[in-house]
Amino acid sequence: MVSYIIKRLLEMIPTLFGITLLSFFIIHLAPGKPTDVLTEMNPKITPEARERLEKLYGLDKPIVEQYWVWLKRIVYLDFGVSFSTDRRPVIEKIWDTKQPFMERRLFITFMINVLSMFVIFLVAIPIGVSSATHQYSLYDKITTTFVFVGFATPAFWLALLLMIFFGIYLDWLPISGLKSMDYESLSLFGKSWDRTRHLILPVFVSAFGGLAGLSRFMRSSMLEVIRQDYVTVARAKGIYESSVIYKHAFRNALLPIITLLGLSIPGLIGGSVIFENIFSIPGMGQLFYMSVMMRDYPLVMGILTIGAILTLLGNLLADIGYMVTDPRIRAQ
Amino acid sequence: MILMTALLFSCKDRAPDVQKINYKIGSFDPAYGDAIIAGSIGEPSVLIPMLAGDSASHDVAGLIFNGLIKYDTDLSVIGDLAESWDISPDGLVITFYLKKGIKWADGIEFTAEDIMFGYKTITDEKTPTAYKEDYLQVKKAEVLDRYTFRATYEKPFAPALTSWGSLVVLPKHLLEGKDITKADFNRNPIGMGPFILKKWIPGQEITLSSNRGYFEGRPYIDRYVYRFIPDPATMFLELQAGGIDMMGLSPIQYTKQIETEFFERNFQEFRYPVFSYTYMGFNLKHPWFQDKRVRQAIAHAIDKSEIIDVVLFGLGSPATGPYVPNTWPYNPVVKQYDFNPDKAQQLLREAGWQDTDGDGIVDKDGNPFKFTIITNLGNNLRKNCATIIQQRLKKIGIKVEIRVLEWSAFINEFIDKRRFEAVILGWSIGIDPDQYDIWHSSKTKEKEFNFVSYNNPEVDQLLEQGRRTFDIDERKKAYFRIQEILADELPYIFLYVPDALPIVHARFKGIKPSPIGISYNLHKWYVPQKFQKHSIEP
Repeated sequence: MVSYIIKRLLEMIPTLFGITLLSFFIIHLAPGKPTDVLTEMNPKITPEARERLEKLYGLDKPIVEQYWVWLKRIVYLDFGVSFSTDRRPVIEKIWDTKQPFMERRLFITFMINVLSMFVIFLVAIPIGVSSATHQYSLYDKITTTFVFVGFATPAFWLALLLMIFFGIYLDWLPISGLKSMDYESLSLFGKSWDRTRHLILPVFVSAFGGLAGLSRFMRSSMLEVIRQDYVTVARAKGIYESSVIYKHAFRNALLPIITLLGLSIPGLIGGSVIFENIFSIPGMGQLFYMSVMMRDYPLVMGILTIGAILTLLGNLLADIGYMVTDPRIRAQ
Repeated sequence: MILMTALLFSCKDRAPDVQKINYKIGSFDPAYGDAIIAGSIGEPSVLIPMLAGDSASHDVAGLIFNGLIKYDTDLSVIGDLAESWDISPDGLVITFYLKKGIKWADGIEFTAEDIMFGYKTITDEKTPTAYKEDYLQVKKAEVLDRYTFRATYEKPFAPALTSWGSLVVLPKHLLEGKDITKADFNRNPIGMGPFILKKWIPGQEITLSSNRGYFEGRPYIDRYVYRFIPDPATMFLELQAGGIDMMGLSPIQYTKQIETEFFERNFQEFRYPVFSYTYMGFNLKHPWFQDKRVRQAIAHAIDKSEIIDVVLFGLGSPATGPYVPNTWPYNPVVKQYDFNPDKAQQLLREAGWQDTDGDGIVDKDGNPFKFTIITNLGNNLRKNCATIIQQRLKKIGIKVEIRVLEWSAFINEFIDKRRFEAVILGWSIGIDPDQYDIWHSSKTKEKEFNFVSYNNPEVDQLLEQGRRTFDIDERKKAYFRIQEILADELPYIFLYVPDALPIVHARFKGIKPSPIGISYNLHKWYVPQKFQKHSIEP
């Protein structure tokens, strides 16, 4: 097992190298430069000034050399300095140690995604299991319709409706942001309540769209399992239906979910741009979108690299999880 | 979902439960206190004016730093940090006499050395700034004494005076010997303006507190909060929920969404022209557009008032040249092109364009008149303009295609390489009327701004003349003539000047709208005691 993991980890290195190489060249293929924000359509800039700026950013060098410079730094886990006018280190933009934990971009996105994933699992698994056991019933049809409506609803539209309803009409919940104006003056309990209130709508909206995938997955996985012989045997032995389903069938039906969990790890740090913009949540999606628009190469590469590492690790974790839980795979 | 939609419609009838305070009646006395929360789409990146490239950075930095001079509400130049200034008769030497006793927020006195330091920094090779050019024209800069600063120029340069705004003032005692791009200062600046940076939470908000020692008097409002809300729809909801006090409205919001009792009672709206204009520019290297009559025909075929009514809901004014109406360089009596399709067709015929094959498209030498208008993605106003123009030109037999492109690709692949036939774009214009870079025939190289390749020796000479004298009447003469020529030759069809539409909560008093906007006297806005909403944090 240990040797297997080590082998997998070593295999990750060339893969990661390939990913960064491709990403680096593809992002440089897009027209535009990070200096554009200062120079585009600015009549006060001369060609010499533009060249000077490009030199300051190291953009005058051939692209292979730029990649080499980047690669040499990344080996020491140095993500470099952002090309945007603030010139902050990339890592500080993602994980700003000068800010409290709760205000760091990576944490904000991670927290919302974990919460919404928790809600998705909490709701989707029971829906999936029960619609499998009541296949083709009215209940199955209603829940299926419900989760697909969630899947099909545009997040920005739902978000705006909920904001109008809960934020303005009822005035129960805040509309956007992560905390209120008077946050600093609140008690500890008040502070956590304030943050919770701000999270309700975003978490609901992001979970609502994700129900369909998991619940359908759970449903088909459960359907497959309850047609197995051992389930028939268990029923023939006269075990209660509930214990057949929840004790015997359920555990096996959960196995594919482990893969899904592993694959969703990289998703935990990637935020959705539309969703973060509409709720004014300063998360990773916004950061990545802005960095791409500004052609902020170091920041784009930083986020892509972290994403790539997490994807590879997620795959590995999913495989390990499988081995731990499923003896059939361990035997191979 | 259906339930939710039903609820949504039902809530249209019910205004939110807010206290029904009448903010608009009675007499009010200025009082200190309260906070103003402004909504912004973008987040500033640096708060040093000379390094900033985006408008959000300049907005906030403008509250922290002052310049030597500034514009008065009538667009004349007045002293800010400078008490007065002299310009030598030959226009080569500008001497500034600073106000005495102005202090940086950390208590150190502001002197001419700070301007010298800012000047040296902005002209330094290593400073990544887009605003260097005006300062490279300076032949010699000197500090005559603690309160006197002098700049000497090679040639008289009219925009020089206003270049000594807030871009070049930096505290020498804090920044000397440091790398300005890496210094902590650029996200934690010390200025001498009406507000002081208190807290910056990246991605969320910037809080400024009032500078009690501000040299023009302590601002009445204690805190200015700049909240980042990237989505305009969300921002408008926050305005209604009380999450922000001030934002810029879109034309549709201004005309359709604020005519309720709720807005009437709680908000005050303003409207004034922005210093910018939207235009359709022709690639004058293209053989068809080289003929002036063709450009004039297109101008006659376009109904500017229709564009303003449809695209801006009437909230703008037709542009006749590259200046904003009612400003001193604006020439009100230039050649106008009324909406007249018949005349347009006649001009086209004169230029040799006629529909010989009866397909509805005019042609010449066997080529049908088809061209493409390109514009950038993300600006629906421009896209809508293009669509209206497309319809109008179809009626006179010109077929127009529209292509909308992502900004970087648009600039790098199409504008810079001159691969376009016509383009819809806008220019933000400074208050100084110098537009040498846009119209001078020497500015047509790649990446330069005369990308329509306009070339007129008289305009070249007038542009030169306009920037080489400080005499306002003489400048006016030059710029008036330029507008006459441009209106006749139409390298651009000037479409419209949009209006800025800020809305501010009704509890703020002392706002005096002017041609330069409303926020120029922010430090004099106040909230009467009885209306104050936010108290100072403990």
